[in-house]
Amino acid sequence: MELNVLLFASWADALGSSSVTLTVPENATVADLLAAATTRAVGRSLPRPLVAVNHKYAKPDLLLRAGDEIALIPPVAGG
Amino acid sequence: MRTAIVDHPLDPTALLAEVASSESGASTLFVGTVRCVNDGKDVTGIDYSAYGPMAESELAAIVAESVARFGTDRVVVEHRIGTLSLGEASIVIAVSHERRAAAMDAQRYLIEEIKKRVPVWKREHYADGSSWVGQGS
Repeated sequence: MELNVLLFASWADALGSSSVTLTVPENATVADLLAAATTRAVGRSLPRPLVAVNHKYAKPDLLLRAGDEIALIPPVAGG
Repeated sequence: MRTAIVDHPLDPTALLAEVASSESGASTLFVGTVRCVNDGKDVTGIDYSAYGPMAESELAAIVAESVARFGTDRVVVEHRIGTLSLGEASIVIAVSHERRAAAMDAQRYLIEEIKKRVPVWKREHYADGSSWVGQGS
């Protein structure tokens, strides 16, 4: 399935967009999505992101569904 | 309690007044500001950006945890995004509590958790370029 993934900070800069469409197997997990994202960013020096699903940090084994709001969260630096 | 991600200058005094109460024995005010030097480089300004909806919900969750832990809901947090100059406030946290120790503990908890969890990023600008903080680029 195809998933639209929001990008921020260094990831958005490196891929030149605030979102990207990634293709993952049906019943893909967060870990599968991270692998697809890493492949897309190959050759670029980017920090490993966390993944947020529907505005919450997600564990690697969480199953993704079409329609989820998915975001890659590079190391945060607020405050 | 109240939280907000805003794109205008912060007013620490107003937030302190917002939490103040005659039931309180102490109010604390934390103001995070843009520092002129980071990692040995001269900083000229910072762009703050956020994943808006998640930043709002994560901030609210952290404040709710603080209310449960430290026993006061007189808490206000505002985080600013956009372009900030040196010395400008990026975050203000105001807490009021019957007891000073709990007010100070709540404040420390809030800022440390916010720095770890709220999806906000900063791009520092220098005389000779810029970089994302904490991202190796």
